[in-house]
Amino acid sequence: MDVVEIHGLVKRFGHFTALDGLDLQVGPGEVHGFLGPNGAGKSTAIRILLGLLRADGGTVRILDGDPWRDAAAIHRRLAYVPGDVNLWPNLTGGEVIDLLGRLRGGLDARRRAELIDLFELDPTKKGRSYSKGNRQKVALIAALASDVELLVLDEPTSGLDPIKEAAFQECVREFRSRGHSVLLSSHILAEVERLCDKVTIIRNGVAVETGTLSELRHLTRTSIQAELAQPPHGLETLSGLHDLTVDGHRVAFEIDTEQLDAALGALRGFTITSLVCQPPTLEELFLRHYGDEIPTEPEAVG
Amino acid sequence: MSRLLGREVVGLRVLLPAFLRRDALMIGCWTAGISLLYVSQAIGVEGLYADQAEFDRAAEAMERNAALIAMAGPARALNTVGGQVTWQAAAFGAITAGLMSMFLIGRHTRAEEESGRDELLRSAVVGRHAPQTAALLVALIANLAVGLGVGLSLWAYGLPGMGSLASGLQAGLSGATFAGVALVAAQLTQSVRGMYGLTGVAIGLAYLLRAVGDVGTPWLSWLSPIGWGQAMWAFSGDRLWPALLFVAALICSVALAFAIFERRDVGSGVLAARPGPATAGRDLQGAFGLAWRLQRGSLYGWLVGLFVCGLAYGSIGNDAADMFGDSELSDAMLAAGLADPVDGFLASSAWMLALVAAGFSISSALRPRVEEEGGRVESLLATALPRGRWFAGHGVVTVVGTVLVGLAGALGLGLGFGLVTSQWDRWGDFLVNASTMSLASLVWVGVARLLYGLSARWAPWAWAGLALSVVVMLFGEVLSFPSLVMDLSPYRHPALVPVEAFAWTPVIALGGVVIVLWVAAQAAFARRDVH
Repeated sequence: MDVVEIHGLVKRFGHFTALDGLDLQVGPGEVHGFLGPNGAGKSTAIRILLGLLRADGGTVRILDGDPWRDAAAIHRRLAYVPGDVNLWPNLTGGEVIDLLGRLRGGLDARRRAELIDLFELDPTKKGRSYSKGNRQKVALIAALASDVELLVLDEPTSGLDPIKEAAFQECVREFRSRGHSVLLSSHILAEVERLCDKVTIIRNGVAVETGTLSELRHLTRTSIQAELAQPPHGLETLSGLHDLTVDGHRVAFEIDTEQLDAALGALRGFTITSLVCQPPTLEELFLRHYGDEIPTEPEAVG
Repeated sequence: MSRLLGREVVGLRVLLPAFLRRDALMIGCWTAGISLLYVSQAIGVEGLYADQAEFDRAAEAMERNAALIAMAGPARALNTVGGQVTWQAAAFGAITAGLMSMFLIGRHTRAEEESGRDELLRSAVVGRHAPQTAALLVALIANLAVGLGVGLSLWAYGLPGMGSLASGLQAGLSGATFAGVALVAAQLTQSVRGMYGLTGVAIGLAYLLRAVGDVGTPWLSWLSPIGWGQAMWAFSGDRLWPALLFVAALICSVALAFAIFERRDVGSGVLAARPGPATAGRDLQGAFGLAWRLQRGSLYGWLVGLFVCGLAYGSIGNDAADMFGDSELSDAMLAAGLADPVDGFLASSAWMLALVAAGFSISSALRPRVEEEGGRVESLLATALPRGRWFAGHGVVTVVGTVLVGLAGALGLGLGFGLVTSQWDRWGDFLVNASTMSLASLVWVGVARLLYGLSARWAPWAWAGLALSVVVMLFGEVLSFPSLVMDLSPYRHPALVPVEAFAWTPVIALGGVVIVLWVAAQAAFARRDVH
């Protein structure tokens, strides 16, 4: 039984169609990446999953319930971290963590203390004096310290520094190891690659690709820059090769990731003296697969 | 020097018109409101007394009443329309203009800094001092508008030119001086709420100093900007030199504000934010616990305010007979066929206090909207908290708060009246009136909540309902509105004891309306999208 099941979901705001038949499934024990450019409809889909917005069409099930009708019962079993965390200006971070934990049905005091340590949060500061990253930490700690089986995270690390980001990823892995599921919306491909078992890519309110990361490898290209002991020749015959430039001993090209091994094998024939290998970014992925018509609509929901 | 100065305020020419565009409507409303505050005193006094002899008698009674003097100001030429206008409007006009300045300065300085928008602005080609210079200029322009509005409307009404000029100067310069105070406060605190609090305390202190000063310690009044304005003797001597005090105070406070700004980081305040508890207390849980925590600060403020208002009304109650005279109009105002003007005055005080208290009720009823606009509802409703309970939690605080604020007013009224007259047997009447009038306020609370339940955007229209009730209270009888319009105000329906005999029917009817509105609001909110 899937933890999240969305079929043909439609949501309109006036004349603007934010979701236009979205499909999304998250299985048990799965970390599911939810990718897409700004304004693609990620946050709208998540808000429908949380019962904040009402669906105009399609079916939505989450934790075996209807997100609109059974909201409170479902929410006992999940924790949510919004992308843009707003706190009450006159409540301290510690108070907000406790409040959200209590509203979810209790939180683990020991875990709370560990997480505050791990994320180096000062819980005595008032909401108004926290930076964006610290506000995000408050919501993350509240979510990770509660006893739930599903985490819904909407771009949770956009304000965190790399060390806290690593700590966050460790927490997510630990959460999954207990058999729980995570829906992680993001536009940072590296984060998704490190954490997620499956990925759904959404664009203009429709899922355009979905599958495990290895299933999606065909979507990604890796850019290679290498210096070789001998001038290379015959590289253009490699399949999946793009934008090849050869300059004496130097070579630069992009290669479909599934052909990476073959390309490196070919390069080794000329003896590699230096190699720079860049993983593709989501922006590149989108540019490649959808031309330059990356949607630029403003975020559908403020 | 001027080149240097120019560099500090680069961008002013872009900022100032942009700020003014944002504020034009607001400034227009404040100007109209404050001008009306002055002119309505003239209109009110004009019809109140049958002849000059009666006016003289009333004035004499007022001059003897220390409570009234503490509330309004030094008693000068109270047997003239102009004297009455100055007496009744100057202190409140100065306070209102001060509040306008506070909001204008706050929204362009500390609010922008707190939200981080200021940072964005400052990254553009904008001089260090341009934003607060523009904010100050906006406040000065607004106070110029207020001064012109007050002066010209009094003059157009037919009052002497010099007195009108002095009144205009008094209103505008008071507001401008408090703009300087607000600008200093904006440098001190880190939050806009703190800045409003600090400025509010300064305005309150100015009012208090002149109250104590006017009653018997004249030099204290000279420490207060409100006192300076009243020392201009509009319509009773018209001396203009105290205007220089305002100018000096404004220059000093602006210089101080700019000096502090030079020494602080953008985004920080001089008064550091204090740390709070690392864990939540036991009362911070559930919908009600949170709503109570968020609203209790403002509730405490309103409780004190209403108690003081009640105290003021109560302490003048016994003189009501002398002050209102026996003209036809004052009879009408005290409700037809009524035996005792003191009873009438106390009953209409309950009505008046309820309208003031409704300010709390409506703003509290709209608190869920503030929360939703601030993006703080999403995280809450993603917990096991049902949306209906979240909404109801705020509603319960509104209802309880409305009742408490009403009782605080009644308590003040009873205490003030008892202290002056030694009559302590009217508590029953005061409590009954406060309760029924609070019930009437709950009708507008219900409307506000229903509008919010339907759409957050419509909710502020609930203020229009309260405005209707205020207009009906002030002008309904005098201008003989059609009864259909009058009956739209819920405050008109319950009997005000002991002037009218208590009746259950209107109370039960209002209670029914309140319950229906509550249920409808909850049902509507259960259905709509939350952002």
